[in-house]
Amino acid sequence: MARSRSFDVRRQAGFPAVAITCFILLYLPIILLVVYSFNAGKSIAIWEGFSLQWYVSAWENEKVQDATIRSLIIATCASVIATSAAVMAALATTRSPKFKGYSVVFAMINQPLMIPEIVTAVALLIFFAMIKVATGYTGLWYLILAHSAFCIPFAYMPIRARLQGMDLNLEQAGADLYGTPWRVFRRITLPQLWPGVLAGAMLAFVISLDDVVITEFVKSAGQDTLPTYMLGQLRRVITPEVNAISTVLLAISVALVIAFYLLTKSGKPKQGDVQ
Amino acid sequence: MAETREISAARRRWMLLAPALAILVFAASGPLLIVIMYSFLTPGDYGGVIWSFSTDAWFNVVAERDFFDETLSFSDAHWSIFWRSVKLSLMTTAVAFLVGFPTAYFIATRPKATRDIWMLLIIIPFWTNLLIRTFAVMEIIRNEGVVNSVMIGLGIIDEPIQLLFTEFAITLGMFYVYLPLMVLPIYASMERLDFSLVEAAYDLYASRWRVLKRVIFPLVKPGVIAGSILVFVPSLGAYVTPRVLGGGKQLMLGNLIELQFGQGRNWPLGAALSITLLAIVMIALMVYVRSAGREEVSHG
Amino acid sequence: MKTFLTVAGLTAALATPAFAAGELNIYNWGNYTNPKLIEKFTAETGIEVTITDYDSNDTALAKVKAGGHGFDVVVPSGTYIPIWVGEGLLMETKPSGMENFKHMDPQWIDVAFDPGRSYTVPWQWGTVGLTVNTSVYSGDPNTAAIFLDPPDELKGKINVVPEMNDVMGLAIHYYGGEQCTGDKAVLKQVRDGLIAAKPHWLSIDYGTVEKYAKGDLSAGVNWNGASFRVRLQNEDVVYGYPKEGYPVWMDNVAVLSDAKNVDEAIAFQNFVMAPENAALISEFARYANGIKGSEEFMPADMATAPEVNIPADLKEAAYVAEVCPPEIQKIYTRIWTDLQK
Repeated sequence: MARSRSFDVRRQAGFPAVAITCFILLYLPIILLVVYSFNAGKSIAIWEGFSLQWYVSAWENEKVQDATIRSLIIATCASVIATSAAVMAALATTRSPKFKGYSVVFAMINQPLMIPEIVTAVALLIFFAMIKVATGYTGLWYLILAHSAFCIPFAYMPIRARLQGMDLNLEQAGADLYGTPWRVFRRITLPQLWPGVLAGAMLAFVISLDDVVITEFVKSAGQDTLPTYMLGQLRRVITPEVNAISTVLLAISVALVIAFYLLTKSGKPKQGDVQ
Repeated sequence: MAETREISAARRRWMLLAPALAILVFAASGPLLIVIMYSFLTPGDYGGVIWSFSTDAWFNVVAERDFFDETLSFSDAHWSIFWRSVKLSLMTTAVAFLVGFPTAYFIATRPKATRDIWMLLIIIPFWTNLLIRTFAVMEIIRNEGVVNSVMIGLGIIDEPIQLLFTEFAITLGMFYVYLPLMVLPIYASMERLDFSLVEAAYDLYASRWRVLKRVIFPLVKPGVIAGSILVFVPSLGAYVTPRVLGGGKQLMLGNLIELQFGQGRNWPLGAALSITLLAIVMIALMVYVRSAGREEVSHG
Repeated sequence: MKTFLTVAGLTAALATPAFAAGELNIYNWGNYTNPKLIEKFTAETGIEVTITDYDSNDTALAKVKAGGHGFDVVVPSGTYIPIWVGEGLLMETKPSGMENFKHMDPQWIDVAFDPGRSYTVPWQWGTVGLTVNTSVYSGDPNTAAIFLDPPDELKGKINVVPEMNDVMGLAIHYYGGEQCTGDKAVLKQVRDGLIAAKPHWLSIDYGTVEKYAKGDLSAGVNWNGASFRVRLQNEDVVYGYPKEGYPVWMDNVAVLSDAKNVDEAIAFQNFVMAPENAALISEFARYANGIKGSEEFMPADMATAPEVNIPADLKEAAYVAEVCPPEIQKIYTRIWTDLQK
């Protein structure tokens, strides 16, 4: 079959266009969000001129700062826990041939997806309240545990998808080379699995960061997160104050991404470049 | 000898599963049992439940006694809300796939070093608060918003089209909120795609479309399945997006269930509705996983 | 540095939640507490206050009922107070014997939900009525027909707050019933009337101040304080008291029976009854407060605001909102579901 030299097997007509549109769609609301953080008016939807007042007011509002930081702490802890558990569970469910009880385990792992949030929330409220009364402990770990639970399927699914059909021969060879299962996992499996793990962890983080209903019911005194703080505002009026905070967080994360990019670019090839 | 190896493999498997299962039993199965129990109890006067057995809640899920003429009828309010949820969730999943698949493909075909960056670019918008993001979508589609202004400016339409507070708005909002749940799993399974295989395929099949369909798609199917589940199921129970972008005029299942636990003060009905939702999702999932599993074998 | 300290503080909070003396945990509606009020309280008493938000009476009740919450003070609506008391969740703090009780407006002392004030002190009170933009519709705003049988000018520009009981109450009175009625003839009219009116509504939503002010919405069911905030931005907007009947509500400060910081909580109850403090509460959310003499500390525009001062000829139509019996509530939920199906 005759084929020109420049033929790129990877190209699919229209795909880059869709992808670019997708990125524009993703960022259009974000741009608006950033724009309205500089709004002189009180609205997050009607422009009234430029002002920095919402940055000032966010800086002075300790409640909203605490809530933001609390959200980040919970999301970080929950996504680390959920991703670790999900990696192990994915290894158990995909490495070996289908075992008895596989579909039960699969249903178990995806259970948090299937129960509406409000139901889990009410049930956890009653369940955790009993523990809180019995132990007297009312710290953040209830929230972290609840968040870890519903983050597990979000972390598990991409990891499992990645694992399916992954080359077992490499691991076999690795087992001969390195010996212990832990070293095989660290040197061979994890690097190959990395995109899945990263995808899973990022999804878990985002899902935890956005949760309102379960948090609203599980939180104890003084444990408002950014979403529950916003929920309380929803009845009255939402001001661009949270836009200002979001913009600051965005700026920080974009800076981190750029730093990350420069590091990977200048540094030696990562472990991930096995294939 | 082979037997002992099998036993140790089984033990290792359960040890690997233990942390996830422990968390889930504690924070998901426990609640589920409570909910099943609640659906068979009597509603408390002011929320909560009374410990006496009743199947009223289950009866009310499917049928209702008209409180004016006492006739029994099919509970069409519940079912039309149910149907709307399924319809909009399916549409959301389809749109997310149509946009998400090419995007994941695009990222997977970037140079290796930049792929993680592209992935981060997908996820960064979602690090901002959900409500704020939803309000930004609202700003785009409201009557004086970006879309209508641009279309009027271009002379495509004369009067703004009512986009906000419609089913379109809910679908768009859910698509926007759940898109990364489609892109990332597809990307994760696509990233390891061996393009020499694709190249070989071009010698067999003529068109790019057929290569896509016959070679690439089957290989990344696990990712597509994962993504579809992660978009479809949460859409079914979505609460915030329908409330804000639907303007509260059209309930979805998540809102209906919330109403029973909140202002409606009928926890058993809320519980029974939840379990109905759960059962349907569960059956759909099992069918899905079964058929997907068979595919894997045939391609394996 | 500040952020660093908060991070450190929160990390510490992960390990040891401490409720030492000199603290107070308030559980209140979101965006409802004036930060200046809390600053003043802390300055005067040295008590550190933590505020946690809720977004509905039902959530607050469910959480406190479950226990282990760590709250000392809660601010439920009057309609819910009998439930709270009946469940044994509130402490009988006898506000009537407190120093600042002398400032109470007599009309709010012998209220049905807490006769003689054994448990609660007022936070704010208000009404549910209608916001109408007079530049769009110049007819009578004092009727529920505005949203149940809307004039052509308003069609498609109406919002209804998603408060089932308030909206049901307005509709029932419009069709000639009383709140919590079980009269089937009236309820049938209510259901059919609501369903027929719904196509003329734009939304059933909260948070509409900006939309009214900018003209996206021209009329709708609203709270008086919210309507007041709209008028401050748009002078064409008026607040209507439906002459067929409209609910009056009051949120009240109560101390929980399992409060850990009882003395601090009681000090707070006494504190909010002082006129200058009550004025701070009103200044923030723009509702009246039930404390005599607080007017002189309030912003000047509040003393004469028609949203706060009910006109004499429409006072009769007000009814104090109550919680309906469960079997009635069930019917209302069905109608509400039918409305949004």
